[in-house]
Amino acid sequence: MATKFTTDDVTHIASLANIPVTDGEKKSLADGFTKTIGVVEELNKLDVSVVTAVHMTGLSNVLREDEVDKKRMFTQEQALANAPNTHNGYFVVDQLIEQDD
Amino acid sequence: MKKLNTLTLASAVKKLKSKEISHKELYADVSEAIAGKNKELNAYLALNTEAVSQAEKLLDTPLAGVPVAVKDNFLTVGLETTASSNVLRGFNPPYESTVTSRLKKAGGVVVGKTNMDAWAHGSSTETSDFGPTKNPNNLAHVPGGSSGGSAAAVAANMCITALGSETAGSIRIPSAWCGTVGLKPTYGRVPRTGVVAMGSSLDSPGPMTKTVEDAAILLSVIAGKDPYDATTGELPVPDYASNLKKGVKGLKIGICYMDHPQLKGTQTEKSVEEAGKLFEKNGATVEKVALSDQLEDNTILNPDYAVGVYTVVQRSEVSSNLARYDGIRYGHNRSTFGAEAKRRIMLGTFTLSKGYADKYYVLAEKVRNLYIKNFAQLFSKYDLLISTATPGPALKFGESEGNPLFGELTDLLNEPSSLSGLTGISVPCYWDKKTGLPLGLSIMANHWQEETVLRAAYLYEQETDFNPWTKEAHE
Repeated sequence: MATKFTTDDVTHIASLANIPVTDGEKKSLADGFTKTIGVVEELNKLDVSVVTAVHMTGLSNVLREDEVDKKRMFTQEQALANAPNTHNGYFVVDQLIEQDD
Repeated sequence: MKKLNTLTLASAVKKLKSKEISHKELYADVSEAIAGKNKELNAYLALNTEAVSQAEKLLDTPLAGVPVAVKDNFLTVGLETTASSNVLRGFNPPYESTVTSRLKKAGGVVVGKTNMDAWAHGSSTETSDFGPTKNPNNLAHVPGGSSGGSAAAVAANMCITALGSETAGSIRIPSAWCGTVGLKPTYGRVPRTGVVAMGSSLDSPGPMTKTVEDAAILLSVIAGKDPYDATTGELPVPDYASNLKKGVKGLKIGICYMDHPQLKGTQTEKSVEEAGKLFEKNGATVEKVALSDQLEDNTILNPDYAVGVYTVVQRSEVSSNLARYDGIRYGHNRSTFGAEAKRRIMLGTFTLSKGYADKYYVLAEKVRNLYIKNFAQLFSKYDLLISTATPGPALKFGESEGNPLFGELTDLLNEPSSLSGLTGISVPCYWDKKTGLPLGLSIMANHWQEETVLRAAYLYEQETDFNPWTKEAHE
């Protein structure tokens, strides 16, 4: 049976994806996901039991020396140049752990 | 005298080098075209105000300082890069994409950054947070997307040549709908380094140009191994432009997708059939590859599955790639994502989430492997596959609204080949006299066979009158 998305499913997925969604958007998102996944579920008609994974252009592991490439390094100034909120040369992030007084 | 902004890349380079024209004259005409048309077309989001002075120093380089329009998902130092999303509004990249580095080193000047579907999510350029681009051939119609700004800039002669990127159709669809040439290289032929990531196992930057010769010239500049992109191939880069005239004699060509019920009796079907006859006349063997014969063996020819596979692979990769936009290190926070990006991120998060990844993501990757194998079988029989780049001419604005699968339905003809990493090109193959809108002939080949694609496209362009710039290129 085809998967049907509820507004609760949308709330859960939105929290996993860290995407703010308003209550008003949830119904149409749920309907859209139901329709899209319905098309995806057509794939179950195919027999994939003998499929082995191949890379498109035949590449296998691509390795490099485990050393720092200084040409690619940003200066601290470059790294911070686009940050909306910095403090003493650091990025300012949201507080994750609550403080005890 | 014809305005210099209508020159092709090949002739602009030649005329600059022979001093028949100056950089000032060339840039004056390009600037005039931009000033006159951009307000209406909205092809450019940002312009390089120092382009002409940068160009004047580049006469002795291979590209001699020609003005190039670049899609706004290539990181360009000194020019704001947004991928047409409010999330990146005001972002000034701290490093340069490999492709634009190579372009600049070869003497190309980034004249401006072009509009696109936000994050390249779409086939119409309507999802741009900075307003849609209009089709220069008919303003009531979309230019296609996601590289719609680059295609429109080329079509309206607001640049000499352009760069775009394709995940599944994003070069070929706008090229078909704007009447320009668009080459999607083999996955890994052109580096993704410094291109805002969408579907990392699919993204292929490539040339969007006036002629096939221009596409060949530009591809030789941007292709090749990049130590910063492990998925790029080691193969040496040929001088694509020097092999254009080899023709199609002895090549085996298959016509595919054209017996799809939706295409029956359309101009699209007629144009592709005529192209087949033209190749046959020039010494190729041309056969129809029927949908109905091949369902079991060749999943790729059954478009019913393409959308499902592509949707899962692409949304999953989108959710992962767009997870990095936290508004802490750069850009704005996640509430600034547009509606389409939110939908894609959330669906991809679902298809990768615990309990569902096997059911959706792993299944889609398995079916994708069927496609890869099926194409390998087909290319053991054929050197090239030809088809139409889109089901029909450019849609009107708003025709895609409210349909969550719109982009994918239009991408249908491009998705299986993109999922398999193949190369392909779209060249103009018809102009409707009433609407002014073109169609694009799609020519596809196996991995790394850009040379064969370009040969066939060049022959087609020379033997037909559909490309408005080839006459001028002969002068």
